[in-house]
Amino acid sequence: MLKIEDLHVHYGGIHAVQGVNITIPRGKIVTLIGANGAGKSSTIRAVAGLCAGSRGRVVYTRRDGGREEQILGMPPENMVRRGISLCPEGRRILPHLTVEENLLLGAYARTDKDGIAEDIRRVYELFPRLEERLWQKGGTLSGGEQQMLAVGRSLMSSPDLVMLDEPSLGLAPLLVKEIFKIIVRINSLGKTVLLVEQNALAALSVAHYGYVLEVGRVVMEMPAQELLHNPKVREAYLGG
Amino acid sequence: MTTKTRNFVLTLAALGLAYVGIFLIDTHLDAYKIRIINLIAINAILAVSLNFIYGFGGMFSLGHSGFMAIGAYTSALLVLSPAQKEMMWMLQDVAWPFSVLQTPFWVSLLAGGLAAAAFSLVIALPVLRLGGDYLGIATLGFAEIIRVLIVNWASITNGSLGIKGIPPHATLYVNYTCLFVTLYCIVRLLRSNFGNVIKAIRDDEIAAKVMGIDTFRYRVLAFCLGAFFAGIGGALQGNLITTIDPNMFTFLLTYNVLMIVVAGGLGSITGSIIGSVIITVMLEWLRIADSDFTLGGWTIPGVPGMRMVIFAVALLAIILYRREGIMGMHEFSWNWLFGRGRGDK
Repeated sequence: MLKIEDLHVHYGGIHAVQGVNITIPRGKIVTLIGANGAGKSSTIRAVAGLCAGSRGRVVYTRRDGGREEQILGMPPENMVRRGISLCPEGRRILPHLTVEENLLLGAYARTDKDGIAEDIRRVYELFPRLEERLWQKGGTLSGGEQQMLAVGRSLMSSPDLVMLDEPSLGLAPLLVKEIFKIIVRINSLGKTVLLVEQNALAALSVAHYGYVLEVGRVVMEMPAQELLHNPKVREAYLGG
Repeated sequence: MTTKTRNFVLTLAALGLAYVGIFLIDTHLDAYKIRIINLIAINAILAVSLNFIYGFGGMFSLGHSGFMAIGAYTSALLVLSPAQKEMMWMLQDVAWPFSVLQTPFWVSLLAGGLAAAAFSLVIALPVLRLGGDYLGIATLGFAEIIRVLIVNWASITNGSLGIKGIPPHATLYVNYTCLFVTLYCIVRLLRSNFGNVIKAIRDDEIAAKVMGIDTFRYRVLAFCLGAFFAGIGGALQGNLITTIDPNMFTFLLTYNVLMIVVAGGLGSITGSIIGSVIITVMLEWLRIADSDFTLGGWTIPGVPGMRMVIFAVALLAIILYRREGIMGMHEFSWNWLFGRGRGDK
């Protein structure tokens, strides 16, 4: 569904992503793991259209037998319209808008009122806590609730591909577990998931396929279960 | 009766009451007080427009005096008769089409707003890619360019001589009607999806982008809308004072409006209105500080400009102790007054 070919991302003089190749098959959960500064976030930010200094090719195939097209270099709103949605790192909730307004803005690129109402209902099913806090301002939510809102909001554009950037960052262990459960549920709803995580153990346990990134390069790729048992990965990322 | 119809009736009633009040003020108070009450309305329009750009759109713009100048000059040029203009323009002859054109006051007012919006679009396209303080500096420079342009483009603006004898169209009724229309437009906009979108861009541009919002387009739109109302405010001011010249439109004018917005509360329309009442009245009342006064037998000589010092200190105090201003980001609404309908507009 999405093929990243020879992707390079530069920030000023820093070469953050150096020729990354990643394939994401439809309906799967693919995870990128690696240490801080490995280029995981830069990779998905480039796919979302947020990195001005990126080169390479990102080939995306729309659902229902759509044709392949190169999307790298398009502005973010084009990605959203094509069904690619990013849940950015650090939640980025709008503090002065209510929970519902946050969610509705997530559906900004859509015009189908019934579909939006349907999706809002679905988000509330996934996160009953959000429905209780409907009128609350985003800034008054707890960290876990904000993360739920961020994930819920990224679902509101009715995406085919959901990219989650460090969804477990800064959450209590119990909430981390919940978030990963929800990621599996999102996938079971028919959405493809690209997951960027530092919490390698949790990410690999839910993913189908995994890529290990080190200083801007893919150093290993295989089915997630194999990565989980790979001695090198165990030593470097899973604590032995 | 639903909340909606109740609010509508209440708004109508308040509007009616306001016009009765204006009638009473118009017939009972002296010219000086009426002038101040007029200025309150104009300052409120200006403050609301700056708040729209800065408080809601998150764009730190210091170009307000420039937009006001454009509005005031456009309106004055259109409202004066060709004969009057020919008499007044001494440095150079009046340029076509203003040499033959004369429009009714309302048309000139609207044209003033549109001209300001057009100029703001020209500056917005290159400058709005900047953020924060850089945008402030760039817009400040823009306002200064406008002023210099007015001084030197004598065939249109009559240069440093200014324009005199503008008919005093900006009466209490006109000013307050303009204020109410401005408020209606801005509040409607802010409560619509557009309002949420520009607030989203203000709070977190990355978040707005990943939601599929073309942030640049919305920022330009918000900036031009704010400039439109600033142009209207400037035009009204010209028609109130009946004379305009380039030296009126210095940074001090922007500073006054900025002070109202910050004191009232960035991101609160209610705050801007309260702020313009308080600060406009204080600006006049504090004139005592500029003149001599006697304290226990001692006569203290007046220092011209003393009131601005007092204002600067007051602004410092606000920034130090109550940064969110009088209203914070809260708004007055009927629901709030009746203490229910949380979040329900």
